[in-house]
Amino acid sequence: MSNTRIDRRFAALKDEGRPALVTFVTAGDPDYDTSLAIVKALPKAGADVIELGMPFSDPMADGPAIQASGLRALRAGQTLARTLELVRSFRATDNDTPIVLMGYYNPIYSYGNERFLAEAHEAGVDGLIVVDLPPEEDVELCLPALKAGLNFIRLATPTTDDKRLPAVLANTSGFVYYVSILGITGTAAPDATKVVEAVTRIKRHTILPVAVGFGVRSAEQARALGRVADGVVVGSALVSAVKDSLDVDNRATARTVQAVTALVAELAGGVRAARAEAAE
Amino acid sequence: MTMQPNSFRTGPDERGHFGLYGGRFVAETLMPLILELEQAYEAAKADPEFHAELADLHTHYAGRPSPLYFAERLTAHFGGARIYLKREELNHTGSHKINNCLGQILLARRMGKTRIIAETGAGQHGVAAATVSARFGFPCVVYMGATDVERQKPNVFRMHMLGAEVKPVQAGNATLKDAMNEALRDWVTNVENTYYLIGTAAGPHPYPEMVRDFQTVIGNEAKEQMLAAEGRLPDALVACIGGGSNAIGLFHPFLDDTDVAIYGVEAGGHGLEVENGHAASMSGGRPGVLHGNRTYLLQDSDGQILEGHSISAGLDYPGVGPEHSWLRDTGRVSYVPATDKEALDAFQLLTKIEGIIPALESAHALAYVGKLAPTMRKDQTIIVNLSGRGDKDIFAVAKHLGMDI
Repeated sequence: MSNTRIDRRFAALKDEGRPALVTFVTAGDPDYDTSLAIVKALPKAGADVIELGMPFSDPMADGPAIQASGLRALRAGQTLARTLELVRSFRATDNDTPIVLMGYYNPIYSYGNERFLAEAHEAGVDGLIVVDLPPEEDVELCLPALKAGLNFIRLATPTTDDKRLPAVLANTSGFVYYVSILGITGTAAPDATKVVEAVTRIKRHTILPVAVGFGVRSAEQARALGRVADGVVVGSALVSAVKDSLDVDNRATARTVQAVTALVAELAGGVRAARAEAAE
Repeated sequence: MTMQPNSFRTGPDERGHFGLYGGRFVAETLMPLILELEQAYEAAKADPEFHAELADLHTHYAGRPSPLYFAERLTAHFGGARIYLKREELNHTGSHKINNCLGQILLARRMGKTRIIAETGAGQHGVAAATVSARFGFPCVVYMGATDVERQKPNVFRMHMLGAEVKPVQAGNATLKDAMNEALRDWVTNVENTYYLIGTAAGPHPYPEMVRDFQTVIGNEAKEQMLAAEGRLPDALVACIGGGSNAIGLFHPFLDDTDVAIYGVEAGGHGLEVENGHAASMSGGRPGVLHGNRTYLLQDSDGQILEGHSISAGLDYPGVGPEHSWLRDTGRVSYVPATDKEALDAFQLLTKIEGIIPALESAHALAYVGKLAPTMRKDQTIIVNLSGRGDKDIFAVAKHLGMDI
């Protein structure tokens, strides 16, 4: 078992008896400085784990909200190198909150896998989620990432049946990210009953924490899913909050950081209420 | 340079790799389906009934075999090698795309799928997909970049008439790559009942292999027809490359006939020297991962995918099928660019002296024939794949020539 900030954070929350709030924002959205300010403000607002999107021109698994968010970041000049720089700056002020980089393979491959893994580890990244690298391509990045001391977090989906689950879990570490819907990010609301079944099923195969995401928007949903999941991931709702705070030219305003932290605080209330209720 | 293999026709390996290229770079939601598709295709390949039904459709529905036509006046015009046109534009729906669509629709039916989705650039694949969906009674959704919807109106109308729903895609530059992203998003969402009918020999394994197999009917026929016409194999093959399905279909049966020189012609757009002004991924790109496979891609220094440009909506895709990337590295096939202007000139030339209006895509191949033929002896031969007819392009061509129709 690895010992990263992710492992330590989930272990601590388990002792606390509550699920983690995992927050996704895109690095560099709407611009580098505002994005850094948002990320720095997330832990205090109640985020337990930070997922930082590495923007990509062709985000095939993402819905309109995250597509637009990535595009804003790219237009503002975000690159993979700048995303690593953002993590470094964050780490200068916070050495505990886990950071997971999430995105697609090509920018990493273009950067150079070895160089990327070394620099990500050095910058203070704890884990990676690379949407278009299934276990069939583990030799590409997953195995080298584990060797470099990073967690490689895999997505399990409603189509990942019991037969396939062991292959998906084999080299997964940190946590398992259960994609609660068939579809792209931020488009449909998960069916809590089905999610309970799925998470229970996954937990029969692994001792890793299971976080649930894709389509979680409200504190109410976070509370419902948090009853069974070890973590609840919120992404599209947060990048939508960024978008709604921008001016007509898509530039940050005085409200931008606060728009995100206010929603995070609300969601944090949801995950904190999840088990309290269950215990009643 | 990759080491020379004993055969150029054995790929891909069991993991879908052609050397460095290919693979299965897709989201987990799709992975079980990709594996199911691979099994279903393997089973279909081994089933004589599948082949018999496909052959019957080729003959009676698509109009195969397509003729191999000796272009006497074009040959005289260039004054070199004898030029033969493989007349794929005479197929039902007007291009080679029907070959692949017939194969895949039979597979979709075998798999019990009830809904077809497809992406299209110029609309040729969209029309072929809509056609086979009509023939087999499937609902069909075609994703098409909004820019392409605008410049390919006749094909959009044909798809509507065939009962398909055409969904314009606004993302990115609103062309073929964006249409493919949106088709993949649809597939992830409707994975249980939907079959994704990919139009070119690219995407995650097994698509590059499967689409190639369905298109090799072109090369197999051409080989037989050339032996009948000239008593020997051709000296050169030429085909245009967008994703590269018509090209791999012609090339593959000849890959181990190493005396046959093979040329793939990419879209040179405004010229390779113009940044983001072309769609020649192998002449002007580098290896990367997009749409399920590793292959040559047009991309910036950060690995962001570039849109590319070509006068031809069927060629302005920033990638290429992975087998072509491998054939490029091994040196077996030479990949060369032809510019928008060269393609326009070739379009007009063939129309005027052979009475055949070629698709702008195919005109790129003809443009290179104009360079190659004069360097060859008069007793040598070239087969050029006339992959599609140009009726769909007359509006675009007129615009470029400054005419109003």
